[in-house]
Amino acid sequence: MTTKFISIEGIAKRYPASSGNGATTIFEDLWLSMPSGEFGCIIGHSGCGKTTVLNILAGLDEPSEGTVIVDGQAISGTSLDRAVIFQSHALLPWLTVMGNIAYAVSSKWRKWDKAKVRAHAQTYIDKVGLTGSEHKRPSELSGGMKQRVGIARALSITPKIMLMDEPFSALDALTRGTLQDEVRRVTLETGQTTFMITHDVDEAMYLADKIFLMTNGPGAVLAEIVENPLPRDRSRIDLHKHPHYYALRNHIIDFLVTRSKTFTAATPHHDPRHVPVVRPAFPEAPTMPSLHSATR
Amino acid sequence: MIQSLRFRAAVVSIAIFLAFIGVWHLATRQTLSVGTMSPEYAKLMGLTATSGKSAMPGPLDVGAKLWEHLKRPFYDNGPNDKGLGIQLAYSIGRVGLGYLIAVIVAIPLGFLIGMSPLMNKALDPFIQVLKPISPLAWMPLALYTIKDSSLSAIFVIFICSVWPMLLNTAFGVAAVRKEWINVARTLEVGTFRRAFTVILPAAAPTILTGMRISIGIAWLVIVAAEMLVGGTGIGYFVWNEWNNLSITNVIIAILLIGIVGMLLDQILARFTRMVTFPE
Repeated sequence: MTTKFISIEGIAKRYPASSGNGATTIFEDLWLSMPSGEFGCIIGHSGCGKTTVLNILAGLDEPSEGTVIVDGQAISGTSLDRAVIFQSHALLPWLTVMGNIAYAVSSKWRKWDKAKVRAHAQTYIDKVGLTGSEHKRPSELSGGMKQRVGIARALSITPKIMLMDEPFSALDALTRGTLQDEVRRVTLETGQTTFMITHDVDEAMYLADKIFLMTNGPGAVLAEIVENPLPRDRSRIDLHKHPHYYALRNHIIDFLVTRSKTFTAATPHHDPRHVPVVRPAFPEAPTMPSLHSATR
Repeated sequence: MIQSLRFRAAVVSIAIFLAFIGVWHLATRQTLSVGTMSPEYAKLMGLTATSGKSAMPGPLDVGAKLWEHLKRPFYDNGPNDKGLGIQLAYSIGRVGLGYLIAVIVAIPLGFLIGMSPLMNKALDPFIQVLKPISPLAWMPLALYTIKDSSLSAIFVIFICSVWPMLLNTAFGVAAVRKEWINVARTLEVGTFRRAFTVILPAAAPTILTGMRISIGIAWLVIVAAEMLVGGTGIGYFVWNEWNNLSITNVIIAILLIGIVGMLLDQILARFTRMVTFPE
């Protein structure tokens, strides 16, 4: 079934309380699904468990309850089908750029000889625009370049899903923008199913097809699924000129500023299995006066 | 700038060295009062008593003797008269063997302790008790059980150099960044390959630091151990020359012990630099 390529089914995460009995519930009864080839983005405040959701998807963490199904199979543990791009890039500092990517490639295809591994790695180094830096060590690279290597490493193993944990939050605004373009281009080109965590509203609006809004933790819930109304061929430069831009942006900001705190109390009958899907849009057709009519 | 700093430092070093030699020379040159004595009695006494020569050799005596040793370092005139090269070779051989056994034991065991919190907790009391024991305290037990003085010395080297390596390996392995382990996990790298491709390179600088501390301790201990077990080695040479009252040879041996110790440390320092990675 293509509509449920990733299906998170009723997962919960609880930590034993530090003092006495009982447990702290980060989130529970979380349901979420995504079709193949889509770009999903979880947005929410710190402590709502977004990173935990991603780690569970990656297999690095286990849910206290519930299961995650990817491509018709319940996941258990980590897998080469689910590549992770870490916030801190997590490159192995004793290996070169080529070495880092070749390590991933040779982990996936263990029988490949060295030349084949290097050739495969090279195509992904080229894809992220690092041609010429193959023999540099991570310490010789800028933050943006390091994260490019992280992206190339994740893409090189041709995963079913790419998981990104706030991949650009440690970068400066300019680099972040370029890398967002890069990710947008590559994921569109390859039809890569991607799942990302962010707290940057503009990043989510630019990259994601679906934005999952989570309320504040502990006891966080998935409140709404926002479908991105912006056209698929959007570009970062003139995103804000699109008529739906402010409708979408205001909706997400409103949620993060106020509704993320009040949601649970305001909607007692929230059904976590049927989360409302909204598609914020400018109410009418755009009424931008043309230059021609303005001069008249 | 750095070049000139190094040059200036070298000048100061040489100046300190020359000043030291000068003071040494002056201190040992002065003649003591010579008492009158019969020629027969004077024959029995050394130069100290007859011509007022200082009992402590001067730098010129030591230099001359050192040159003599350096000219023929590998002579062997029987059990108590061997060249310094041979004596040093015996000591280095013992240290090398004991140290090698320590490496073979400490690094795999350190990996086990570092990777398994259970083994870490289970072995901790033993390590805590065994670590502070002076290596020479093991000597009688070693002599009794091994029944061979040379092997006992090697055992003492082993027991003293194993702890820093073991603790540093365990610490280095346990402190490998979680994210690097997670990278290996998401790439489905097996435990064995992970140990060699991620944990070993990540922990290598810490492990090598432990090995460097160990070689220093081993070289400290070998001199004392050889004084006890006797026979061969630079430690035995020192003690033997003390019994011969040849302070010149004792000073030469001290100098050589220092130089060899420095070289061993530098070799390990070079290895450490080779495995250190900038982040």
